[in-house]
Amino acid sequence: MNFDSDLQQLVFGRLTLEAIPLHEPIIIWTFAAVAVLGGAVLAAITRYRLWGYLWNEWFTSVDHKKIGIMYIILALVMFLRGLADAIMLRLHQAMASGGGEGYLNAHHYDQIFTAHGVIMIFFVAMPLVTGLMNYVMPLQIGARDVAFPFLNNFSFWMTTSGAVLVMASLFVGEFAQTGWLAYPPLSGIEASPWVGVDYYLWSLQIAGVGTTLSGINLIVTIVKMRCPGMKYMRMPVFTWTTLCTNILIVATFPILTAVLALLTLDRYVGTHFFTNDMGGSPMMYVNLIWIWGHPEVYILVLPAFGVYSEVVATYCGKRLFGYTSMVYATAAIMILSYLVWLHHFFTMGSGASVNTFFGITTMIISIPTGAKIFNWLFTMYKGRIRFEVPMMWTVGFMLTFVVGGMTGVLLAVPPADFVLHNSLFLVAHFHNTIIGGVVFGMFAGIVYWFPKAFGFRADPFWGKVSFWCWLVGFWVAFMPVYILGLMGVTRRISQFEDTSLHILFVAAAVGVSLIFIGTLAFVAQFAVGFLRRKAYADTTGDPWNGRTLEWAVSSPPPAYNFAFTLVVHGIDAWWDMKSRGYTRPLAGFRPVHMPKNTGMGVVLAGLSLVLGFALIWHIWWLAAVSLATLIAAAIAHTFNYSRDYYIPASEVAATEETRTRLLAGKVAS
Amino acid sequence: MTKHISPSDIQGAPVFFVTEDEGDHGHHETGTMLGFWVYLMSDCLIFASLFAVHAVLGRSYAGGPAPVDLFDLNQVLVSTAALLISSITYGFAVIAMQQGNKAGTLRWLAVTGVFGLAFLGLTIFEFYHLIHIGATPQVSAFLSSFFTLVGTHALHVAFGVIWLGVLLVQISQRGIGEANARRVMCLSMFWHFLDLVWVVVFSFVYLIGVL
Repeated sequence: MNFDSDLQQLVFGRLTLEAIPLHEPIIIWTFAAVAVLGGAVLAAITRYRLWGYLWNEWFTSVDHKKIGIMYIILALVMFLRGLADAIMLRLHQAMASGGGEGYLNAHHYDQIFTAHGVIMIFFVAMPLVTGLMNYVMPLQIGARDVAFPFLNNFSFWMTTSGAVLVMASLFVGEFAQTGWLAYPPLSGIEASPWVGVDYYLWSLQIAGVGTTLSGINLIVTIVKMRCPGMKYMRMPVFTWTTLCTNILIVATFPILTAVLALLTLDRYVGTHFFTNDMGGSPMMYVNLIWIWGHPEVYILVLPAFGVYSEVVATYCGKRLFGYTSMVYATAAIMILSYLVWLHHFFTMGSGASVNTFFGITTMIISIPTGAKIFNWLFTMYKGRIRFEVPMMWTVGFMLTFVVGGMTGVLLAVPPADFVLHNSLFLVAHFHNTIIGGVVFGMFAGIVYWFPKAFGFRADPFWGKVSFWCWLVGFWVAFMPVYILGLMGVTRRISQFEDTSLHILFVAAAVGVSLIFIGTLAFVAQFAVGFLRRKAYADTTGDPWNGRTLEWAVSSPPPAYNFAFTLVVHGIDAWWDMKSRGYTRPLAGFRPVHMPKNTGMGVVLAGLSLVLGFALIWHIWWLAAVSLATLIAAAIAHTFNYSRDYYIPASEVAATEETRTRLLAGKVAS
Repeated sequence: MTKHISPSDIQGAPVFFVTEDEGDHGHHETGTMLGFWVYLMSDCLIFASLFAVHAVLGRSYAGGPAPVDLFDLNQVLVSTAALLISSITYGFAVIAMQQGNKAGTLRWLAVTGVFGLAFLGLTIFEFYHLIHIGATPQVSAFLSSFFTLVGTHALHVAFGVIWLGVLLVQISQRGIGEANARRVMCLSMFWHFLDLVWVVVFSFVYLIGVL
């Protein structure tokens, strides 16, 4: 018996059959649904012999466009999980605030709010942002790919591995019950002895490697690969925000890596960085993680600002108002975002002077942000506004985000923060900025660039249904939460003594169901668009009468993006080309130098996933084997020197010929 | 610049594209160097975080031993010398490479690797000694921070030595090509960066610690 349990521990670590949460019917039903649906998808892929296609054309692809699309698909899948968590929380609070107990036990409830935050930030917002930047930015600067195409593929799969690990925690073991930033000592080994926090740590570390490398990749792409004439001050604003966001990524994610590594050591080795005893300092964790965490919110919102800038200029048919001020505002926000982290814990007791400094720097950020809002408004002023779906998201953003900004300035006043700290008012504030800013922006961007990526537009009716459900749903869901916060309800509460606030929780639950309908409609606009793809086809490559270079190529663009290197003469390069009589070259094509596909990204990220899983469950032999294999595979990869090839001129000519015929067909009709 | 084929060019209209993709080969190499440099800066931030942690916890002895009880500055001086000399020998390897001298490159890289291994051996010996006398990372926040900071640096050196070994094989197999030359330069940046970090570790952790 003893021998058996020793052997079992040697082979499986602390992974036993009890790790499967059979006592949680909700999880078991979820698992059953996932198994059936997932099995059906896998069977369909096998049935229609799509594995080869998926592997060759997508999984191993180093094409920035395909990687961008995969990032966004990953984000949307994870969004469904995060939204399901949100709905469960709202439903539980609506039930529990009326005098009942709700339907979730505390252990499950705490995992859900932690998973909701972690998933929405790291595995929804981040891949959405990275996906859009990946897809659009190289096209906007006239490049054929990113600087390090293999690294790009690898980064994507590392992010995916992190996401898979989070999803695995739902069915095998548990997730953290600590809140999305896992403050010690709660996240320490004494308060959280089982695997929840370890899932948190390893999934974020694995995904973080991908994020950091992708940040480096995109910075180098912008610095080194702009086409001739594309000076910095001629870059589209989305490219500018991409540059600033990636600088922030490279400047902050290493801090997250370091602080999570130290917490890992505390948990695995027994060090005393963040413990209460032996000289450790839990508040140092809070400081370090927010030095990453505050810039992180600007990492998310800056690309959204970039999307709004592109959308407003396009659908108003005007050059963006105040291009230069937009660029400087973006850069100012980038720098200021580094100087405000302490406003997340004014109540720590740093003293009046320190709090004052960080309160003021926080308020200063609203100045460049306000300048941006005015730039968008002045672009709309006297413009011929077309209220296509992306433009609606943009106007919805301006109305919604401003409120979130104002409550942010309110929270930046330290005395007010002492009252509102840790309340639902704060929860409403950051959902106001992240939904109203980031989500609306990413949705605008996805709908805006959808025809570029797939060659047909999304269905505008369902797009508008989605927008209105989201906009109304957001206000109905979160205005009550603001009020609840002002009434003193603290966040992350699962049981309520006072039933007088029940109606507000019910209103919030109604709001989240509207958001759910909006999400279904968001997906429906692509499905309906696909069904009507003939009618919605974009044969020109420029369905919105766009202004920047991504609209100069066909939809979807050829693998090599541009048959010839473009030369840029000013801001809004494509608009300039159109208005000055640019004619597409029809002959003289040359072979195009491109990177080869490789499966190494999948292999390395897969090994990292196994390594993470083994470390979480203390399966030391598996950890050692996967780490050794990982290193060996990485070294083996460096012995592959033939990483590129030429697309022959004849193939380029054939592709361009197809586009010529498409364009001619458009003229004829 | 490059030759244009746009017919409008002949008439003096604006040029919107060029045929020759000159940048394609040029930018890739400089792109790698820039990218690696940006990576080093991100790595630098990991060390910056660890140094900041050490600044906060470096005197939290929790009743355990202090630096003056633990550190043998003579041994640390030998470690430092080994690493500094290895940076010089790496410089010789780069000079040999730029002269197209494959044998010289290999020789100096190997010498660098030996010094790197010597440094690692001394670190392992120091850690072994500390753990042996009971000054383990679990004893106090100061020791947690010390082991993590110095250990992270040592892990980087170990990684650099493995990379160096791989490069030795690759250069002896394929000579100094464009790709290998680029790798030697990247590892060079990495190696000198680690040297620089060590100078800060030496001053900030050992010297100031003992003072």
